[in-house]
Amino acid sequence: MSRMEAETQELAAESPRMAMLREFWAYFSENRGAVIGLVVFVVICLVAIFANVIAPHSASMQFRDSLLVPPVWQEGGSWQFILGTDPVGRDILSRLIYGSRFSLFVGCVVVAGALVVGIIVGLLAGFFGGWFDTLVMRVMDIILAFPSLLLALALVAILGPSLTNAMIAIAIVQQPHYVRLTRAAVMAEKQRDYVTAARVVGASPLRLMVVTILPNSLSPLIVQAALSFSNAILDAAALGFLGMGAQPPTPEWGTMLAEAREFILRAWWVVTFPGLAILVTVLAINLVGDGLRDALDPKLKRS
Amino acid sequence: MPLLHIENLSVTFQTASGPFLAVDSVDFSVDAGERLAIVGESGSGKSVAMLAVMGLLPPTATVTADHMAFDGQDLRQLSRRARRRVVGGDIAMIFQEPMSSLNPCFTVGFQINEALSAHTDLTRSQRRERSVELLRSVGIPEPERRLSAFPHQLSGGMSQRVMIAMATACQPRLLIADEPTTALDVTIQAQILDLLVDLQKEHGMALILITHDMGVVAETAQRVVVQYAGQQVERQDVIGLFDAPHHPYTSALLDALPDRATGDRLPAIRGVVPGQGDRPNGCLFNPRCPYADDTCRTVVPPRQPAALGEALCHYPLNRAEQAA
Amino acid sequence: MLRFLFVRIGLLVPTFIGITIAAFGFVRLLPGDPVLLLAGEHGVSPERHAELMHQLGFDRPIWVQYFDFLWSVLQGDLGRSLVTHRPVLAEFSTLFPATLELSVCAIIIATVVGIPIGVIAAMKRGTWVDQSVMGAALVGYSMPIFWWGLLLIIFFSGVLHWTPVSGRISLLYYFPAHTGFMLIDSLLSGQKGAFVSAVSHLVLPAIVLATIPLAVIARQTRSAMLEVLGEDYVRTARAKGLSQARVVGLHALRNALIPVVTTIGLQVGVMMAGAILTETIFSWPGVGKWMVDSIFRRDYPAVQGGLLMIAVIIMFVNLIVDLLYGLINPRIRHTR
Repeated sequence: MSRMEAETQELAAESPRMAMLREFWAYFSENRGAVIGLVVFVVICLVAIFANVIAPHSASMQFRDSLLVPPVWQEGGSWQFILGTDPVGRDILSRLIYGSRFSLFVGCVVVAGALVVGIIVGLLAGFFGGWFDTLVMRVMDIILAFPSLLLALALVAILGPSLTNAMIAIAIVQQPHYVRLTRAAVMAEKQRDYVTAARVVGASPLRLMVVTILPNSLSPLIVQAALSFSNAILDAAALGFLGMGAQPPTPEWGTMLAEAREFILRAWWVVTFPGLAILVTVLAINLVGDGLRDALDPKLKRS
Repeated sequence: MPLLHIENLSVTFQTASGPFLAVDSVDFSVDAGERLAIVGESGSGKSVAMLAVMGLLPPTATVTADHMAFDGQDLRQLSRRARRRVVGGDIAMIFQEPMSSLNPCFTVGFQINEALSAHTDLTRSQRRERSVELLRSVGIPEPERRLSAFPHQLSGGMSQRVMIAMATACQPRLLIADEPTTALDVTIQAQILDLLVDLQKEHGMALILITHDMGVVAETAQRVVVQYAGQQVERQDVIGLFDAPHHPYTSALLDALPDRATGDRLPAIRGVVPGQGDRPNGCLFNPRCPYADDTCRTVVPPRQPAALGEALCHYPLNRAEQAA
Repeated sequence: MLRFLFVRIGLLVPTFIGITIAAFGFVRLLPGDPVLLLAGEHGVSPERHAELMHQLGFDRPIWVQYFDFLWSVLQGDLGRSLVTHRPVLAEFSTLFPATLELSVCAIIIATVVGIPIGVIAAMKRGTWVDQSVMGAALVGYSMPIFWWGLLLIIFFSGVLHWTPVSGRISLLYYFPAHTGFMLIDSLLSGQKGAFVSAVSHLVLPAIVLATIPLAVIARQTRSAMLEVLGEDYVRTARAKGLSQARVVGLHALRNALIPVVTTIGLQVGVMMAGAILTETIFSWPGVGKWMVDSIFRRDYPAVQGGLLMIAVIIMFVNLIVDLLYGLINPRIRHTR
């Protein structure tokens, strides 16, 4: 009986949600750039998942007799190393393929961490207000007063250079955005009639926040998540490049660039491809982010 | 020769869901010094037709006309430069929302001065003098001080007065007023209308007044065009129109006036103006017309003779009176 | 307006205190003994340790330590570098003009190129011009600038040999630093070729640093222009018979600039982060590179002082932007 009830409820809840999704997809798919970005992003995800199947070589295998081999289309290149090799004879293509795992992992962990903590803090600040709200917002202001990369660098200096610590640092630097967004959304939604209605019905504050307010504040959070996903990848690569992120011989793209720096004038390919990989990934995510923003923003929908 | 002469003007908008015919082959002619009112509900294409004359429509609009002349000059043939000299100089326009029609970043004086320097050869000090004079003529107190005011420091009525001063700055021969009083308080409305008519008489300019308010029409216009869903459904002088409306739509509009209503309920016109998707066959008014029959629902109505208000209708009203 | 100014300045006080707390906390959060970290010594005897503790004030309650720190910061004392033993503030002040010169050039490039691009894209909305310009802007926005810098070095220095790889000016030239700005000093020196050398050193890093702000400014200008072009007052301006250039370039742009100015101000923080990477790639002797080097050298007083100074500078830039916003927006200027 109660299961039946739950199922009917679920069905009733499902259909408008599906309709919303369909409407969202209609707007999203209108944007050609966003669709291309999504396709590229999915491909990168697949590459990351199946890296050990796709990659022609291991990421750390050093072919001692083929150092700095140029890519296949250039004189001296071979099909064995399609994008050439680095100064210690590792296959660049394979390292790039394995490297996609790190970048996507960084993006996911940072966004998940910053999002969860940011939403909780923002909800509490927005809902309870008062001195707690003031304190939280002051702390966020101070975090935002520092350039993000500089603060991340300082945090890594405290925590020690590693990929994990870089992720923690970037997540800390990014979460004020989520706190602010969530808080602003809560403040706005708090005034709405349906929240008052829920309160009148006697819903508990916590349930009220999570069940009624949050789903209605999602749009800006989703857009921010896409934005900070790409920022996280960029910042992690930058930290890796400065020697404060993933440490060699990890095939992280930024770290690969740092290792290749001294060879830039001799072997362009060791520098070009890792950066291109970062650019393409970040660009794809930003295209998706722009598409999400346009599709979720009701103000733009009408035009 | 009429001052403004337009024949068979149509405007089509390119929209995401296909083309939309906003103005459907309308004709106008306005003589110098005449006051013409264009009446219709929102969405009837009355503003769009005038914006087409001004050349102010966005690039998504396609304007076609058999004839479109101002003072004998074919507006369609003019170069952009020459047309800009006409627009703003000989033809001026004021808009519905005075508060947002003035640029918030520039002072009143700057905005009036700009119109003067675009169309006249006055020197800087002459322009300033003229600006003060203009503000005084539209009834703004302390005009010297107001020149340095920013639009957000003015009320709606004041803003509209400034707009009128700006529009009349270069002594236009035709002033188009697009719902000039709609956004204003009722008490201010009458003042602004009086001001417009006074200025019109004083300068001998022609005035086209776009409105949805039959009361405004009665107070100001000499001749009236009734527009519905992009078409002109009736054209008459104001006395004839109020005495004997020939198109059922005109009649319904008049019945909706509070002081003409009989009985204790104000009659309303059922339904809304057809939009892009729901254009009916035959007469466009047939779904809302109490007299509509099968002919109205299938056959496009003919244009009646001038004696019947040039009504676009199969069965024009008040025919008996004409016969008698 | 004056009251607006005072309110804004008053708001800086809590932010400033927060920044000092952050900088103060930074050293105490570092792994290891903060006393030794700040003194730059290790393996010391217990007596020496106690002496250092007393010297640095670590034997006093934490809030006293903080107020001591705040007091010396307010007097301009940010401690001494462990590496050069010079006052941190002096180090910072000698390096900062290099960063400022680079940043100012970058923000000029970003503004002078970004705003017209955004305006053109808005005017040509939906056409291939709009799409390609905005596509390029998104690429710029997504650019890992440390890689972008390397690419430019490969091409302009490696292939074309047009520009030098690093530094601010060729070693051939030496002249006293009057202003600290190489472009101005090289002109003042009157030495032939010095100015050209300074420009050729500056151009690549400035382009790299300008890339992301340029993209952001172009995107923001476009959307602000699109919004403004639909406003009634733009129609009024057209109805006055004004030229297209005047309608767009004056009436529309003047209004669109209001949000764009805020965006440009926000880019200053982005630029400071970008300067860290750009200066590292081009060996540009500014505060960004100095910060990275100091972190590597474990020169913690320098890192602490640098963090503080950079945050304070950004704080003041934000203040200036706020005031500028009030100045260009009549609605704010005239409300008391």
